[in-house]
Amino acid sequence: MKLVKVHITLKEGVLDPQGKAVQGSLNTLGYDNVQEVRVGKYLELTVDDDANIETAIEEMCNKLLANPVIENYSYTVEEGVVQ
Amino acid sequence: MKFAVIVFPGSNCDRDMYYAAKDALGEEADLLWYQEANLEGYDAILIPGGFSYGDYLRSGAIASTSDIVVQLREQADKGVPILGVCNGFQILLESGLLPGAMLRNQNLKFMCHFENLVVENDETIFTSKYNNGEVISIPIAHHDGNYYCDEETLARLKENNQIVFTYQNNPNGSVSDIAGIVNEQGNVLGMMPHPERAVEAILTSDDGLKLFQSMLENWRERYVAGA
Repeated sequence: MKLVKVHITLKEGVLDPQGKAVQGSLNTLGYDNVQEVRVGKYLELTVDDDANIETAIEEMCNKLLANPVIENYSYTVEEGVVQ
Repeated sequence: MKFAVIVFPGSNCDRDMYYAAKDALGEEADLLWYQEANLEGYDAILIPGGFSYGDYLRSGAIASTSDIVVQLREQADKGVPILGVCNGFQILLESGLLPGAMLRNQNLKFMCHFENLVVENDETIFTSKYNNGEVISIPIAHHDGNYYCDEETLARLKENNQIVFTYQNNPNGSVSDIAGIVNEQGNVLGMMPHPERAVEAILTSDDGLKLFQSMLENWRERYVAGA
């Protein structure tokens, strides 16, 4: 088993109204040093061992997990815990 | 003329769409559950608004992976008119039938009210009964209606006259005030505002009816001899 950790973030240049609101709140709390917040997604996939796992993950990201028009993705593959 | 209305789990404007085609326009319409739908033989396909699959992951993302989208692509390639409204528009974007993507509204709020739209292209099969520059009152009801595309795509949309409706007072942050676009072939229209909710005066506005009438008129001209 492999544990795949996928991070999905908005592309540079794509406005992030949610991030802006979070940044505003942090600033309100006194954290004036926060210049920008970008909200993304984090997914954990438990996947059967496979030599082509990276190709498969990239396909999944392009087809469904991320929207390539507005989002970038990155991932890591780790040894999964055998239950 | 025979309309198909595709129903996904979480669609909630399917009845309104059915009503617009069947009662307001007076044509034939079928509600088709997405898993059993056979789109063969329909003259136009309507993808209604709602929250298919609870908007999980991204609005329209899960629906865009269902088998019905394969059929939608076939019908789109054949030139069958396809209208996606609200979540229907989001599904068309997520499945790549239209370019661009939806972001959360700039003010982060779900908005539900009438907006003035400007008709930008009256030469499509969906808008031939309107005039360019005509201002129509159509309700919006969305949280993720902030249309986004990169500059290259925007330039292409403008060049090909694919921007069909814009907002007079942009409510959601959409690029270039875009409220609705067609594909290059002109037979697939996606729009966030709900024309099917504005088909009778009793609904505050009947400005949306002409969209359905345009579809009917163009279908008659094309397929009904002597029309």
